[in-house]
Amino acid sequence: MSLAGCSRMTSATIRHDEAPHPKLRVDGLKRYFDVSPPWLNRVTEGRPRQTLKAVDDISFAIEPGKTLSLVGESGCGKSTVARCIVGLYRPSGGSIAFEGVDFASLRSRAAQAPLRRRMQMIFQDPYASLNPRWRVFDIIAEPVRAFRLLRGKSEIVRRVDELLRLVGLAPRDGEKYPHEFSGGQRQRVSIARALASNPEFLVCDEPTSALDVSVQAQILNLMKALQRELGLTYLFISHDLSVVYHMSDSVGVMYLGRLAELRDAPALFAQPLHPYTRLLLETIPDLDVIGRRREPLAGEVPNPIDPPSGCSFHPRCPFANERCRSQRPELAPVPGGAVACHAVAEGRLAPDD
Amino acid sequence: MAAPQPLLQVDNLRIEFPTRRGTLLAVDDISFHIDPGEVLGVVGESGAGKSLTGAAIIGLLDPPGRIAGGQIRLDGRRIDNLPYEQMRRIRGKEIGAIFQDPLTSLNPLYKISRQLVETIRTHAEMSPSQARARALELLDAVGIPAASDRLDAYPHEFSGGMRQRVVIALALAANPRLIIADEPTTALDVSIQAQIIALLKQLCRDHGTAVMLVTHDMGVIAETADRVAVMYAGRIAEIGPVAAVIKQARHPYTHGLMGSIPAIGHPVEQLTQIDGAMPRLTEIPKGCAFNPRCPEVFDKCLSHRPDLRPAGGSDVSCWLF
Repeated sequence: MSLAGCSRMTSATIRHDEAPHPKLRVDGLKRYFDVSPPWLNRVTEGRPRQTLKAVDDISFAIEPGKTLSLVGESGCGKSTVARCIVGLYRPSGGSIAFEGVDFASLRSRAAQAPLRRRMQMIFQDPYASLNPRWRVFDIIAEPVRAFRLLRGKSEIVRRVDELLRLVGLAPRDGEKYPHEFSGGQRQRVSIARALASNPEFLVCDEPTSALDVSVQAQILNLMKALQRELGLTYLFISHDLSVVYHMSDSVGVMYLGRLAELRDAPALFAQPLHPYTRLLLETIPDLDVIGRRREPLAGEVPNPIDPPSGCSFHPRCPFANERCRSQRPELAPVPGGAVACHAVAEGRLAPDD
Repeated sequence: MAAPQPLLQVDNLRIEFPTRRGTLLAVDDISFHIDPGEVLGVVGESGAGKSLTGAAIIGLLDPPGRIAGGQIRLDGRRIDNLPYEQMRRIRGKEIGAIFQDPLTSLNPLYKISRQLVETIRTHAEMSPSQARARALELLDAVGIPAASDRLDAYPHEFSGGMRQRVVIALALAANPRLIIADEPTTALDVSIQAQIIALLKQLCRDHGTAVMLVTHDMGVIAETADRVAVMYAGRIAEIGPVAAVIKQARHPYTHGLMGSIPAIGHPVEQLTQIDGAMPRLTEIPKGCAFNPRCPEVFDKCLSHRPDLRPAGGSDVSCWLF
């Protein structure tokens, strides 16, 4: 049984067929990190090479104007996927195609640049992602200059003013330094910078995790409004399921570098199938249930360097059996998407259990 | 209903920071109480003064911050003006503390057995071997698997969730009557967060320990707290039973805060948004501190500061009530 064959099959089923190419298509993406001890220790202590499979065979597609979210706990590989897509990491395997053009087919940075301009990234921490020694004007103008989109000071000034207004800041804020802004305003600056090169696709890595809730609402509202106005496509990375619920058209749930469940958002939240998705949805504190007594699921995310055999979730899964311990489940089609779970596939675990 | 004497009584507490540009009032005249065995949630955005209030209660305000006024009483006895040595004995024995980051609240150089035994023996007359047995008991109670094997491990050998369990064991070591838990689950993943909250709730129920739970996460409060205080710019905006505050928020700030949290199962195109941000301590407006962001602001809000007064089931500081 070939893994590649399976992933091809599932991504084809996930893909909706109206458009010739989705905005972004990720096929069998892998990113491994070599975390071996130094050569001398390997030789003298006989310790083996070790590989961390941060992302291990992930496939999905995002249609234009839509939002796909990746959720999961820390260390599940969701940020690594984001970094591979924008080119901050080189994938160890698989392909990433933007409107049908595979990045691997474009060898040089120069050949990739026209595509890179059309995808930008918003980072989690607006305190770390803005250069404290640059004025906001220069921070936002940098992509415009780097991609040589406009020439002449006056045109750039006009463009930066327009971007500042677009994200709810005032043109005169361009003269300030990042430290003069609050966290929410800084994230607005990050968004303005990301939009400076007229991208169609934004990778948003936990854009509101560092913000207070009332400010988070402002940023989420802004991102939704920008998506409507500019027709943006988002890949949204978050660990917060309620934020994901609010933002997404479809959702991929990641566990230890693999997709456990990839489904349309309404289907996933109405009827989660994978036991891990159910666990996540049950454990988020809920404002509707005051004073709830919970049955917390024991166990923690295993060490990704030494993942469990078979289904990597089996040590924590109440439905695991012998097959789950030995054979790794692949994504298989279900209503509204696909799930990688033997119990679901075999019908041992009914949707509403 | 309320016990004749609350376990903790805070009256008109003011915390200030002297700076070169004048004195900043970080906590401005707040009063509340915690009954024995009760969980009081304290929510607010960063900079609202919630952590400082917790730090003041356990006597761990970082200088130059200082208590500038008001009283803190534990069981009727003032503890805000105690000398360092006396406060040190209360801290741990009467009031335990759990902080956000379990890695920084454990000493990385000592085995956790040593840290637990030291804490236990500081507060109770016990031989080292008795204290070690008690440490093992505590680790079992907080749900550390194979506790006897892990007792002599170093903090870095534990995962984040397990480390926070060790910290909880430390806080419980002397059977305190009050625990100040400052964002105890913020650094943890959601599925681990659920475990820690459940553990904290169960232990406090079993031991009758009261908790002041400081967090920015309304969901955690909803599940855990009996009463909740909402802080804004160093003041209490609203305080009351958790159901009343969450379901029928009175203060426009609380109301906005609730609307700004996306709720699963309730699709909305736009979240309620409170424009602007909390004022810096140097720029707190006259009158009600929330007035520049308040959708219902009127004349009186701009000039007079509202006090807490009963409205519905809660106490609200807003001129609307």
